Amino acid sequence: MTADATALTTHGPALETHGSGGMGNPVLGMLLFITSEVMFFAGLFAAYFSIRAGYTEVINSVSTHVWPPTQFQHLLNPFTLTTESGALNLILPATLILLSSSVTCQLGLMAIRRNDRRGFVRAFAVTLVLGVSFLLLQAFDYSVLMHEGLTMGATTFGTTYFTLTGFHGAHVFGGALMLSVVVYRGMAGQFSAKHHDMVEAVSWYWHFVDVVWLLLFSILYLL
Amino acid sequence: MATTTLNPAAPAYRSALYEWLTTTDHKKIGIMYLINSIIFFLAGGILALIVRLQLVIPKDATTIGGLVSPEFYNQAFTMHASFMLFLFIIPILAGFGNYAVPLQIGAPDMAFPRINALSFWLLPLGGALMASGFLATGGAAASGWTEYPPLSGAKFNGPGTDLWIMGLTLIGTSSILGAINFLVTIFKMRAPGMTLFRMPIMVWTILVTSVLVLMATPVLTSALIMLFIDRNYGGHFFDPANGGNAILYQNVFWFYSHPAVYIMILPAMGIVSEVLPVFSRKPLFGYKAFVFATVAIGALGFSVWAHHMFTTGAVFLPFFSLMTFLIAVPTGVKMFNWIATLWRGKLTFSTPLVFATGFLTMFLIGGLNGAFSAAVPVDFAIHDTYWVVAHLHYVLFGGSVFGVFAGIYYWFPKMTGRMLNETLGKLQFLIMFIGFNMTFFPMHQLGLAGMPRRIADYSASAGWTDLNIVATIGGFTIAASILPFLWNVLVSLRSGRIAGDDPWEGNTLEWATSSPPPPYNFDHLPEIRSERPVFDARHGQAAAH
Repeated sequence: MTADATALTTHGPALETHGSGGMGNPVLGMLLFITSEVMFFAGLFAAYFSIRAGYTEVINSVSTHVWPPTQFQHLLNPFTLTTESGALNLILPATLILLSSSVTCQLGLMAIRRNDRRGFVRAFAVTLVLGVSFLLLQAFDYSVLMHEGLTMGATTFGTTYFTLTGFHGAHVFGGALMLSVVVYRGMAGQFSAKHHDMVEAVSWYWHFVDVVWLLLFSILYLL
Repeated sequence: MATTTLNPAAPAYRSALYEWLTTTDHKKIGIMYLINSIIFFLAGGILALIVRLQLVIPKDATTIGGLVSPEFYNQAFTMHASFMLFLFIIPILAGFGNYAVPLQIGAPDMAFPRINALSFWLLPLGGALMASGFLATGGAAASGWTEYPPLSGAKFNGPGTDLWIMGLTLIGTSSILGAINFLVTIFKMRAPGMTLFRMPIMVWTILVTSVLVLMATPVLTSALIMLFIDRNYGGHFFDPANGGNAILYQNVFWFYSHPAVYIMILPAMGIVSEVLPVFSRKPLFGYKAFVFATVAIGALGFSVWAHHMFTTGAVFLPFFSLMTFLIAVPTGVKMFNWIATLWRGKLTFSTPLVFATGFLTMFLIGGLNGAFSAAVPVDFAIHDTYWVVAHLHYVLFGGSVFGVFAGIYYWFPKMTGRMLNETLGKLQFLIMFIGFNMTFFPMHQLGLAGMPRRIADYSASAGWTDLNIVATIGGFTIAASILPFLWNVLVSLRSGRIAGDDPWEGNTLEWATSSPPPPYNFDHLPEIRSERPVFDARHGQAAAH
């Protein structure tokens, strides 16, 4: 630096930043990332509703609005454990598994907040197992649906169904990777009540993935 | 247990190349953004020259007009726009943000330096994917940068379009990660005393731009993914024959792409708002009004997307027309802010100010002919004509690109420690300004005369030939203006005048450190009590207390 610039700078180096306090940078970063993910799914949901609103079938030679398409309605009752052809329909158990994984995730977060690393690792490991189970069940469900004729190209319902649930599944997979890293680091003795920004961030993400599934389950199976 | 202190190891030797390839320093990453963007600017420029040569005269007159096949012509204008929008304007402005924001808020780096490096490296990767379409069967993407289905469907286009989709998805991801990084940096890393309303306008524009990127770019990703599924996996999102909806793509696409035009102009407005006060020796007129106008443009930007779709008959015309006119209000506020900043200032016409005045005049024309297009009946007449091409170039080239060059001339001394040559800079401006207006002003008349966009040839009897010749000469004039610029950069890097810390007598914190700044940015920060801390430190001593 030249003498000029030194003369300008009468104060010492910044010890704290203006934004210190409040949530940690990783947590804020994750919340912003989730915002972008919300917008991504908003685009897909908008497409879904737009296509759903315009879907018609010719029933008794009258063009009628139905949803889901009549040919697939028997596949989409979550409250029976078998389809009409006798294959297993495990979408409700899968949903319950994913929902309970959010509970275990939150329990793990509360554990690390009170410095209980062992409880945190245990709860997050269970969360990871539940998440992977959901993915396996979803893969199984896909094979059943495709066997019954519901494919990506089978009406716009098939297109939207597999796109929405597929991208949700990809996000569960991403979340499972994050959980693995957190569990691994926890087992290595990292994180404490004071330093666990990554745990907070990952649990936010996991809850987000869960909420997306609740919306998807509602619009695809219930409403 | 005794603590052992290890002797600090001698830093391992790193070649300069290794250093740049692995750096997480926001300043080096910012400079790499600029270089990468300028490479794509040159590539996009060459494609533009192909377009201009193709159109210079009708094909039946001589063979010059038929320089390339209609198929390649479609690829040329599609990739010209894709390069210029996604690989030049958006990233180069993000590059200025990368370089300037941490310095201007007194931070040592971005909040997530490694994610910052990832954001950058996704760009050349995405760009290479997109450009590799030229080597694919059937060539690069060719349905225009908007890639509307059904024209962009698998039936009409080869793998070049898929490469375009993949490349753009990566570029979008780069933008989103960058936006998150900017927002966390701005919210959490400001130096003591740097309140939100003391932030330089550049930082404010990057803040609003980042919110737009965060909310809009993922929607583009969803549109691209649906297009990809339709093309490759038998989906029917946009396929009316199977219950899909082709207008749906336009809605989702423009929900991103209209906010994207503010992503492409707001940081350029930020650069101009840094340059004007410094070179008129006055504070920016109406700082807070300017901030609120920026926020208003960002907010209104989400409610006008369907003005690109007036002629589809599928959108509510009065609403989108009204909202579009409303955007002129905050934009007008800014225009008056800038003029009032210059008014009775002690102007020093250095190259950055020259380019900034170029921005003001050309962006004004772009804003005015944009307001014409917002009127529904006028839009029906000029939709998809060369009028629209004129309008978008007056805002994107006349606005953003002139702003970009103002920024390059303004911050080059900080980045390199050397000044760019003023004479060459003004020569570049003169040639570029003349070439720009020669190219794009006639396009207004061509549009009104009915010449549609994206045609590879036209009839000699249409009466469009003369103006097309003028536009083509103008296009090559713009290309010529790049030569003094490149020469200037090369020469000045080696033998430019030494800049010193603060060659322009600047206002903002980047001028309080050395040129180029050390990796950690600041040894000491001046006291921050206004949006012009360096000005205060320079002039405040006598007046203080």
